[in-house]
Amino acid sequence: MTVIDTAIDLDAVARALRTRLRDDQVRDSPTLRNLYRHDASNMTGRAGIVCFAESTEDVQACVQVAADMGVPFMARGSGTGLAGGAVPPPDAIVISTTKMNKILSVDEVNRIAWVEPGVLNLDLSKQIAHLGVHFAPDPSSQQTCSIGGNVANNSGGPHCLADGVTNAHIHGMEVVLPDGSISVLGGEEPEPDGLDLRGVFVGSEGMFGVATKICVRLMQNPPDVATMLMDFGSVAEGANLVSDIIASGIVPAAVEMMDQLCLIAVEEFIHAGLPVDQAAALLIEVVGPPEGVAADVERIFELASARGVGTIRVAADDEERALLWKGRKSAFGAIANVMPNYYLHDTVVPRHKLAEVLDQIYEIVERHELRVLNVFHAGDGNLHPLILFDGSVEGVSERVHAAGREIVKASVDAGGVLSGEHGIGLEKRDLMPLMFSETDLSAQADLRRAFDPQLISNPDKVLPNPATCGEIHSAPEGAWI
Amino acid sequence: MDLTLEDFAAAVGSTGPVAIAGLGTRSRPLSDVRVVNAPIGIEWIEPAEMTIRCGAGTPVDEVDAALAEHGQQVAVHSGGTVGGALAVGQSGIRRLAYGAMRDALLQANYVNAAGKLVKAGGPTVKNVSGFDLCRLLVGSHGTLGFIGDVILRTRPKASFEQWFTSDRDPWELLTGLFRPTSVLWDGATTWVLLEGDDRDVAEMAERFLLTAVPSGPELPTGGRWSMAPSELVSLRVAPPGSFVAEIGVGVVHHTRPRPERSPDPVQADLHARIKQEFDPTGRLNPGIDALPVR
Repeated sequence: MTVIDTAIDLDAVARALRTRLRDDQVRDSPTLRNLYRHDASNMTGRAGIVCFAESTEDVQACVQVAADMGVPFMARGSGTGLAGGAVPPPDAIVISTTKMNKILSVDEVNRIAWVEPGVLNLDLSKQIAHLGVHFAPDPSSQQTCSIGGNVANNSGGPHCLADGVTNAHIHGMEVVLPDGSISVLGGEEPEPDGLDLRGVFVGSEGMFGVATKICVRLMQNPPDVATMLMDFGSVAEGANLVSDIIASGIVPAAVEMMDQLCLIAVEEFIHAGLPVDQAAALLIEVVGPPEGVAADVERIFELASARGVGTIRVAADDEERALLWKGRKSAFGAIANVMPNYYLHDTVVPRHKLAEVLDQIYEIVERHELRVLNVFHAGDGNLHPLILFDGSVEGVSERVHAAGREIVKASVDAGGVLSGEHGIGLEKRDLMPLMFSETDLSAQADLRRAFDPQLISNPDKVLPNPATCGEIHSAPEGAWI
Repeated sequence: MDLTLEDFAAAVGSTGPVAIAGLGTRSRPLSDVRVVNAPIGIEWIEPAEMTIRCGAGTPVDEVDAALAEHGQQVAVHSGGTVGGALAVGQSGIRRLAYGAMRDALLQANYVNAAGKLVKAGGPTVKNVSGFDLCRLLVGSHGTLGFIGDVILRTRPKASFEQWFTSDRDPWELLTGLFRPTSVLWDGATTWVLLEGDDRDVAEMAERFLLTAVPSGPELPTGGRWSMAPSELVSLRVAPPGSFVAEIGVGVVHHTRPRPERSPDPVQADLHARIKQEFDPTGRLNPGIDALPVR
């Protein structure tokens, strides 16, 4: 791929940044630029200068330099994003927030905390565990992903079924807007004046500015938890049970599904006694006060037996519960035993279409002579097909991408959406017209222009046809363009 | 719906000032401006998806009644129309457990200032496809577009609910009870709404010495204040009976109007730019400002 020369004078930008930050915060060595050219997706960009911000003022300094010099900038948390949202635009100033990792305050009575964006998701929940509370969004990458990244992507996770995704857990945030000004969007109070700018900032994939302090909502830990693993002779039976449970008025804390290939791979990896001879398994968790949990479990057993459930394994204690969850969360690591490479997708379909769309996915993947493993948030209808392949086989990546596109299209055609939690980034940018008309997209572009009239905050992501970005536009490696 | 989205868009048109009206429960229609009404009627209810699609002109009470047949409900403030409730953006007194009303809006088809239909959001509960225009519409007072129809997220109705009172400190109850649906306080008495399995509710009520009562308190209507939940303690010096505060949330239903405050200039600029992008001629709900200076 040829990268278009953007004619950015990196030395001049570095000099300007060094007048505002310490030298050791402004890095432009080839090694570091190389390290920051990608996120956890398979796409690469070209980092110009990497800045390690330690405060709001540092972030503001970087953004002001970018705005003054008309250079693109991109904030980056842990770089665990899968859709290329943190792949730097050519020669961008990359603002790393990893050193802004302090929990600033915790109000345990009202269950509110202020944190810096670099605080890791799981670290937050661990450090407040003694107060009997946790931060609900729990992406599979929660050991390494940052709260700032969660805000940028409006991240989900298994336990967002009952409690909602990140947007429902962010009261507000201090932001540096793309012109360098600082404001607090939302806040601790429930009804701030004006538009819900907090709400639109969450999930804006770094294109509306940089969050520098985040006010999060904390949830009480439940007094009782029931975790059960159920297996089924067909994927459809398991998928249909998910709809039955929700229709009966029960919203479990989590409902996750693993298909047979996933069960086999994970069992070889962690030896948890998973039902490897069955077509699919559901991991269901119900939480709350004890009587309510018991009643829900009983009702779920009845519904499961009507759907021909095989065995039901109920976690006897926290240790067994942790083992079952380890099975779910180890899926990505376990795949290495099956195939050297995988491409993870993320789409959503209405729950009652799960069985139908899964059938289509198996058909699509088979037609492209590939294999697929499914492990996903069934309760939300949030599919995560992992297409397995051997990258050393010639022409395989074209087949992987072709199959992926068909899966996304099948999901949208079934009344679903392009992405449930990974975001659009670069990966699905050019698939946005599958879901939105030109008028719809133009309204989204209007909102972005209001936040960022110069179009310098993580440009080229989310919105297709970035004609307005001129020569900044270039197609990164691995993008579906 | 009584009116197609296309007909609604045609009624809004592309030129001249135009205002939207619901049932007039939240604000009076503007005078001297052409008024349009959003489509009325429920398109469908999908209990297994926990979603409902309806015209923005549908009365909230009608939605409540239809959902109740499926044992479900929606966290939209009662009274008036669905579109009116969303445009004003205030949550009900169960926000502590249900979350903010804004989270209930999954998808909206709205008519923009050019008279064109725009889809915001998507039909599924989980969706991060593009910028979240639904969040922008909620609380925008119809200044950026007129909502035609919506898909809302529903939630199951609890099998049992009961209001209680207590003379205990409200923060003690907020800390001790497991996810109460509402904790209200008027400076002297605390009201608590608990939902769930009746045995769990009874156990909690006994443990915290709560007294069952038929309903929650009357809410003063002089002003709706918004305070950080930690600042509600400052109301200890206010005369009891002059307010009812939503503990853990921060909304205060007051007998007096809300104190004036001036907007942050950075946000005022941002509001102006958004309005300029969405409604450059200022034809939608003229005279209404989503961020009034007060």
